[in-house]
Amino acid sequence: MKNFSNTYIFIFSSIMVIVVAALLSFVAMQLKPLQDKNIAIAKKYDILKSVQMAMDADEKKDKQAYIEKLYEQNLKESFVIDSKGNLKDGVDAFEVDLKAELSKDLEDRNLPIFVFEKSQNDQKYVIPMRGKGLWGPIWGYVSLNNDMNTIYGTTFDHKSETPGLGAEINTQVFQEQFKNKKIFEEDEFVGIAVKKGGAAGSNEHAVDAISGGTITSNGLQSMIHDNLQGYVSYFNQKRN
Amino acid sequence: MAEDREPLFSSKNMKLLREPLGTSNPITVQVLGICSALAVTAKLEPSVVMAISVVAVMAVSNVVISLLRHTIPPRIRIIVQLTVIAFMVILVDQVLKAFAYDVSRQLSVFVGLIITNCIIMGRLEAFALGNKPWPSLLDGIGNAAGYGIILIIVGFVRELFGSGTIWGFPLMEKMGLYSIGYENNGFMILPPMALIIVGIIIWVQRNKNTELIES
Repeated sequence: MKNFSNTYIFIFSSIMVIVVAALLSFVAMQLKPLQDKNIAIAKKYDILKSVQMAMDADEKKDKQAYIEKLYEQNLKESFVIDSKGNLKDGVDAFEVDLKAELSKDLEDRNLPIFVFEKSQNDQKYVIPMRGKGLWGPIWGYVSLNNDMNTIYGTTFDHKSETPGLGAEINTQVFQEQFKNKKIFEEDEFVGIAVKKGGAAGSNEHAVDAISGGTITSNGLQSMIHDNLQGYVSYFNQKRN
Repeated sequence: MAEDREPLFSSKNMKLLREPLGTSNPITVQVLGICSALAVTAKLEPSVVMAISVVAVMAVSNVVISLLRHTIPPRIRIIVQLTVIAFMVILVDQVLKAFAYDVSRQLSVFVGLIITNCIIMGRLEAFALGNKPWPSLLDGIGNAAGYGIILIIVGFVRELFGSGTIWGFPLMEKMGLYSIGYENNGFMILPPMALIIVGIIIWVQRNKNTELIES
């Protein structure tokens, strides 16, 4: 085996690292627009699913175009409010980065709302949310009927929850439970409890947690509570 | 160099391509790369994408390492191998995110974990460092394909019996099996079943080829 000097080794590794870094940065920059588009479509898909639309997207040939079209057709308006329920101008609801918003004080947050119209006088208000699971972030969309109280549908997803346990939050079975649950008890905001050991069917404010996924379930419960909290003033304006 | 030029597809070279598919298969004979074989094979589509990704990573890294084999200082060769593999894996991951977003979400961390796939580093260390680029390319493709073919078989079986579909096509439903009381086997979706299927493949292979049985 040849003997290489230390200088050679240093030069060799430096060049290698620089070449690899340059190539990867170039590729990443070239592919960024395409990736961003995919992420935007995935977001639209999640929003649509929370209002029970695009459920058949998997069967469509051109899934992406189908989702884009449905979203354009059905989105009535989207806007951003502050925690007092006042409209904020000049912020695009779709572009709001929840991760950044959640690190701000409640008063300074941009709170996006997406409004869909199923039929006349039947609007669905979609609230995006983000929280912490066991291994990483969890997020979702909750859609409310125009009584601003009853949940119409939900989409939840996660980055890296345990398969078979916490990861079950993105299944249809789990999400079905949220339908027709209420986030207000009389006039007081209570959110939705994700209960270990099961929730009585008559309980309007609780769903069944996932066995073995307690930390994810708790995270989901706080996520729903904390994210909706900011909208309470707005809901109250609408409710009265 | 005055050595005779070997034909590109000489029997020796073809053996490099063929052997890993059968008698020296990385999964069934060497029992390497089991982790990802269990994790991504619940459906056929991710299995195929994973197989293609590994072929790409493996073929290119083998050639690159083979081209550099006289210039790589032996003392840092493992680092160099890792850098090349990591480079390829990130590349594949980025391309998947851009062109096959849904599949890349299903494969999630397992694309990244190709870096740790022992088959790849094993081939770089054992073959590419001591051989010319062309045989290295064949060796890389051969071994990755040997890995991929098992993935695809397992993915096929698990999707067919676990979800009743093939590449998302509802085969069992179309054949009318549900109406006569057939049900999908939920066990097939779970990772342990992949291990059992790999076990069955190993059993069948050793039964046919008794040379593989250790005394």
